[in-house]
Amino acid sequence: MIRLSNVHKSFDSQQVLNDLSLEIPTGQITAIIGPSGEGKSVLLKHMIGLMKPDSGRIEVDGESILNIRRSQLNRIREKFGMLFQNAALLDSMSVFENVAFPLREKTRLSSDEIEQRVRSALEHVGLKNVNGKYPDELSGGMKKRVGLARALLLNPKIILFDEPTTGLDPIIKRAIHQLIKDTHAQFGFTAVIVSHEIPEIFDIAQNVAMLFRGKILQIGTSDEIRGSTDPTAKQFITGSLDGPIQLV
Amino acid sequence: MSAAIQFIGHSVLDCVRSLGRMGGFLLYSCYMIVRRPGSPLYILKQIRFIGSKSLFVICLTAAFTGMVLGLQGYYTLAKFGSEGMLGTAVALSLVRELGPVLAALMVTGRAGSAITAEIGIMRISEQIDALETMALDPFKYLITPKIIAAMLALPLLCAIFDVVGIYGGWLVGVKLLGVNPGAYFYEMEQSVVWRDVYSGFVKSFSFGVIIAWIGCYKGYFAGHGAEGVSRATTESVVLTSVLILVWDYFLTSVLL
Repeated sequence: MIRLSNVHKSFDSQQVLNDLSLEIPTGQITAIIGPSGEGKSVLLKHMIGLMKPDSGRIEVDGESILNIRRSQLNRIREKFGMLFQNAALLDSMSVFENVAFPLREKTRLSSDEIEQRVRSALEHVGLKNVNGKYPDELSGGMKKRVGLARALLLNPKIILFDEPTTGLDPIIKRAIHQLIKDTHAQFGFTAVIVSHEIPEIFDIAQNVAMLFRGKILQIGTSDEIRGSTDPTAKQFITGSLDGPIQLV
Repeated sequence: MSAAIQFIGHSVLDCVRSLGRMGGFLLYSCYMIVRRPGSPLYILKQIRFIGSKSLFVICLTAAFTGMVLGLQGYYTLAKFGSEGMLGTAVALSLVRELGPVLAALMVTGRAGSAITAEIGIMRISEQIDALETMALDPFKYLITPKIIAAMLALPLLCAIFDVVGIYGGWLVGVKLLGVNPGAYFYEMEQSVVWRDVYSGFVKSFSFGVIIAWIGCYKGYFAGHGAEGVSRATTESVVLTSVLILVWDYFLTSVLL
């Protein structure tokens, strides 16, 4: 379980997370929704220790990830996989090398075993004949799928998805959503998905948390949030221009 | 008035904070060099990038530096009837001072800026974050191989600079201006001692550390977007060049 308690984070004078508390249940898919610029990606980066809060507590499986040695943090990070918004593939490496990289660095598998696992991971995300290509030769959807293959490869207990389908066409979008559902059903990891994909996200996630003005405005099951009567949540879900969420 | 004092106070605090962060970055890099220096393959790749690929610009700069030294030295020494000392003048200038400094400045322009840009782009495109989320220390893959490679490559480049520069001076002094070739090399051999060569190597070794350290540091903490990387690259080249010259003065005063 990931637990954030009373987390505050500001950038200069802008308060991004304001006394935020949230619990991510183990083995389930939790979606974090909310207007753009509300700090959803910042929240995700706090969960894996890429950003540190100004105050508050963050725990993963009961262990604090704050004020600990880098080696301890790395041990906790081994539980995680992360798919970044722009996939964050290492651009000096080919697709094959990108996916093989964590295996080479963190396991003692032979070259043949690594090759076999990378090929099967890429096939699993629907990619063939791209092994020798470099990230800048791939489309956005292909990059995300390579990123997903890399994130899944070491069978992490927790996977963080930062807008996995933003900017993709509807077919690729559906394919990636299906892939997340299928791999979750297969491996049973804990997933946290930051997404704007309304209403699709309600079919994928078991829990949905809405972030607004630096706090979790509402959290509940997909059906609870879908049927929310809160004016802010309702406005966001329906995409209405009228309501508490102002464009400017 | 109070606003001005506040501004000065903030600037001083920012400066001290940056210096602390730079120092911490170097210390952690040294710790990682000792503990986990990274794969030899990464180090070799960086030696190729920082060293081999700088050879052309180093040779070109060295040749013309030696030639200018030959020309200037000849006309200065001729006033005292000491043209025979030209080899000594060229060699000592190059080995002790110009070789390490100019080689370092050339590498700063060619490789130091590229190191900052490369790491800066990795920072803004979240590639460094991706390494961290895989529980892989970015220092092991990105920083220490570059520092080790620069420490090894700079003394070698400096040696090449010295040799090419000496032959540049020989070309002008001996072939164009008629200095006795025997005197050129004999006087050089008599006056250049191990201590001179040693001081040049100590300088170029430490310049290698400075180039990689500042280049990596500026890239690692690059600001947002293309503008942030471009600013970091400029700052990296300027700061490295200034530090090389300042450090050169201190080292010279210690090693003399």
